[in-house]
Amino acid sequence: MMSLLIFLGVVLILGILYMIFRVGNLIRVAKGSQEAGARVDSANSVNAALFVVFMVVSLVAFFWYSFANFKDYTLPIASIHGKKTDDLFWITMAITVIAFSIISVIMFMFIFKYQYKADRKAKYYPDNHYLELAWTIIPAIVLALLIFTGLRTWNEITAPASKEAEVIELVGQQFAWTARYPGVKDKELGGYNYKLIDPINEFGLDLTDKHSFDDFKSLELHLPKGKEILLKIRAKDVLHSVFLPHFRVKMDAVPGMPTQFKFVATKTTEEMRAELNNPNFNYELACTEICGRGHFSMKMPVVVEDEESYERWKASQEAWLKQNPDYLKQVPAALKEAAMIQAGMQKDPGATVAAVQQ
Amino acid sequence: MATTDIHLHQSGNHAHDDHAHDEHEHHAGNFWTTYIFSQDHKMIGKQFLITGIFWALIGGTLSVIFRLQLGFPDMNLDWLKPVLGEWITPEGKLDPEFYLALVTMHGTIMVFFVLTAGLSGTFSNFLIPLQIGARDMASGFMNMLSYWFFFLASVVMFISLFLETGPAGGGWTIYPPLSALPQAIKGSGLGMTLWLVSMALFIVSQLLGGVNYITTIINMRTRGMAFTKMPLTIWAFFFTAIIGLLSFPVLFSAALLLIFDRSFGTSFYLSDIYIGGEALAHDGGSPILFQHLFWFLGHPEVYIVLLPALGLSSEIIATNSRKPIFGYKAMIGSMLFIAILSFIVWAHHMFVTGMNPFLGSIFMLLTLIIAVPSAVKIFNYVTTLWKGNLRFTPGMLFSIGMVSFFLTGGITGIFLGNSAIDIQLHDTYFVVAHFHLVMGSASFFGMLAGIYHWFPKMFGRMMDDRLGYIHFWISFVGVYLVFFPMHYIGVAGFPRRYYSWTNFETFSGFADLNMLVSTAAILTLSAQFIFLFNFFYSMFRGRLAPANPWYSNTLEWTTPRFPEHGNWPGEIPAVYRWPYDYSKPGAADDYIPQTVPFSETPESNLPHENELIKLETSNGGSAIVIESHKG
Repeated sequence: MMSLLIFLGVVLILGILYMIFRVGNLIRVAKGSQEAGARVDSANSVNAALFVVFMVVSLVAFFWYSFANFKDYTLPIASIHGKKTDDLFWITMAITVIAFSIISVIMFMFIFKYQYKADRKAKYYPDNHYLELAWTIIPAIVLALLIFTGLRTWNEITAPASKEAEVIELVGQQFAWTARYPGVKDKELGGYNYKLIDPINEFGLDLTDKHSFDDFKSLELHLPKGKEILLKIRAKDVLHSVFLPHFRVKMDAVPGMPTQFKFVATKTTEEMRAELNNPNFNYELACTEICGRGHFSMKMPVVVEDEESYERWKASQEAWLKQNPDYLKQVPAALKEAAMIQAGMQKDPGATVAAVQQ
Repeated sequence: MATTDIHLHQSGNHAHDDHAHDEHEHHAGNFWTTYIFSQDHKMIGKQFLITGIFWALIGGTLSVIFRLQLGFPDMNLDWLKPVLGEWITPEGKLDPEFYLALVTMHGTIMVFFVLTAGLSGTFSNFLIPLQIGARDMASGFMNMLSYWFFFLASVVMFISLFLETGPAGGGWTIYPPLSALPQAIKGSGLGMTLWLVSMALFIVSQLLGGVNYITTIINMRTRGMAFTKMPLTIWAFFFTAIIGLLSFPVLFSAALLLIFDRSFGTSFYLSDIYIGGEALAHDGGSPILFQHLFWFLGHPEVYIVLLPALGLSSEIIATNSRKPIFGYKAMIGSMLFIAILSFIVWAHHMFVTGMNPFLGSIFMLLTLIIAVPSAVKIFNYVTTLWKGNLRFTPGMLFSIGMVSFFLTGGITGIFLGNSAIDIQLHDTYFVVAHFHLVMGSASFFGMLAGIYHWFPKMFGRMMDDRLGYIHFWISFVGVYLVFFPMHYIGVAGFPRRYYSWTNFETFSGFADLNMLVSTAAILTLSAQFIFLFNFFYSMFRGRLAPANPWYSNTLEWTTPRFPEHGNWPGEIPAVYRWPYDYSKPGAADDYIPQTVPFSETPESNLPHENELIKLETSNGGSAIVIESHKG
């Protein structure tokens, strides 16, 4: 019943609008005979004026909102290169906003000023090579400057990571992220093969590689402050993309093609909480490449701590192999003991001997 | 006008033209050959237009549905159940997978079916023969096939909307592996198959059309219509067709390889995949390969969409400023430069895909270069307005809107083309704002401008200009309200294609802006119904159009009000001057049509144009007659 009423209401309104349109038309036809020969009607100056109103209102709104809500739409920066890319962003912003405002004002003022007048003739001005040359060369120079600063930053960001960088592997799958740390014993990630993946061995960890024994898994991304971090990124099923908004980090995760991104975090979670005056603040990792139904919920919590507590946290984590001792049978017989030791399932006899000797 | 008529009655000695003319007069034309399987370029153009409008409505409606989800996440959408059925969850929410399908189809429909076929298909077909002075396209039959392949593509795509598993849902860029694996998302099942079939048909349509446009422009210009006398519309269609012809086949190959991967077990794009509890046998492929192939079309596609809009608005702005377009040659040069560069910037869509960073630097360099010709175009538009005598017809309003969007949206390209800045902005709402303004809205406004401007030629009647003004102002403000706030949302890092942001603290703000955007989107879509009413009402009941309603110089206005197949009843008029002799000093009126020889306008000729009078007499028989009349 309700929807029928709404329907009738809509029909009624449309009918009224149509009547207004028809009546307006008839009036114009009646009036139009008087203005025969005129090439424009009164609407011309109204349109011209509206453009100026539009320009003023929109420019005021733009500047007001941009300054008044600056804190709401800018994310604090928590990495070294993020500072640089943000600086580039704001330099570009300054240049483009100046150019944009000048061109807009000129364009809309021209529109108002040169609206049709029956007694005026437009200026026949087909070209001016100096003018055209000027506005080819000036943008070219400005752009060249932006390109060179951009290139320098881009090359720095994408340069190879140093040998001492803290390597962490991030694996994307529908719809979760998992991190793999190289372990505190050998500090090196073990090999993997997607064919070894099963519901428990989600990394496809290759247990014939001795580096894999002490690797551990984490559902939370822990990062040390002030140390270069090298994220090794891969995906198991479809494309994903690692996005750490506060660190200005983004890199796709591609099945079959490992990718990487290096950066240095500059603020621990605690420091950021203090800076933002928000005790509940947490860093987050989001997926930014469409990956299916749960794309929007593919989140990983991120914790940044100082190096000391980061090392402590790492030492407290159990190796993957220790959590899944069944997989020991995949380890070649010759390496089994080493595996038990590396995974922390058995005390290192060498260490015991050393302790006894002491 | 009188001068033009003189030429129409001059009988030339061009046997070919006369023959063509005779042939066309014998066209009886029943309903089927006139309206359905027509080979008349004007009817084919209208067919493209109507189909494009139909798709624009669907594409727009889809976007409003997903904007409801984004702007009013708590809204109960049960009332959509009669239309969307199972896609509304029992809780009255949009299904997240259907949300992705909506986004995907909105993109596909708008980019290909509306702004490629609907814009370039309509106006290339309609305007090329009329503005260069040809009876029809080089091949009317191929032209007809071009429309019907597009129609088939439309039918297939339309059917895919109603599948139980939904239409394609992997984004309009259909990146594999998501688009290759039905187990990854429902839309990658039959929906994706139909998407690929539809796009293959669409590409065939584009190629048939493109070959025709190029051939016609090169070979069938009327006497005197040198390349340097062509209106900028024709130049734009010419470049567009060439770009399309070179880049669409690459999309075809990309789609074909994807079909192989999906159906025949090949591994062009797939490798190292573990999904649904099993490791797939695919080995050695690269998803990045697909992205390269896709964007090799995808980026030129941006210009396939944009160049016709730039061409149309150049013509409309010059006409309604009563001034020559400023820097005619620079406009052509910048379009040519843009067309060439458009082929070597594609990888700027892929800065953070893991592509070699060195490649990233090269593409960043090339990408930012493309800003130079674009800037030249903006400056030339603005200078054309300077000291003009501006008439704000609806076509002019939409052209100005187009320039405004091109400026606002283009300028953010300088951020995104910079690979270092793009790291943060990639795949956020900043990108959404950028391309919706610079290519979506700008092209859409160019298309609307073209419809308002050439409606009198299409249907012999005028559209109501007051409704046009209302339509413009609501749309212009509406589009800015939709897309401008997205810049802020994007700078704040909000990722695209998110069904909801509530899972993230980082993206928890801006409920207010999102609500504003959605409200504005609904408003803008509603305003299009004013246009629709105006369009269809005026088609049958509009005021009969005068011969040259905008006092324009180009050839199409020398045809009768309702041109038949063949366009001109007599001989095709010859052309003597460029199309932008507006407000020439000394001339009686503020426009001199292209068909008026210099010999008739001694009062306004420039020195070098007086030289040309001799040429007129030596190669055009008709000009001599006029001279002797005058003498």
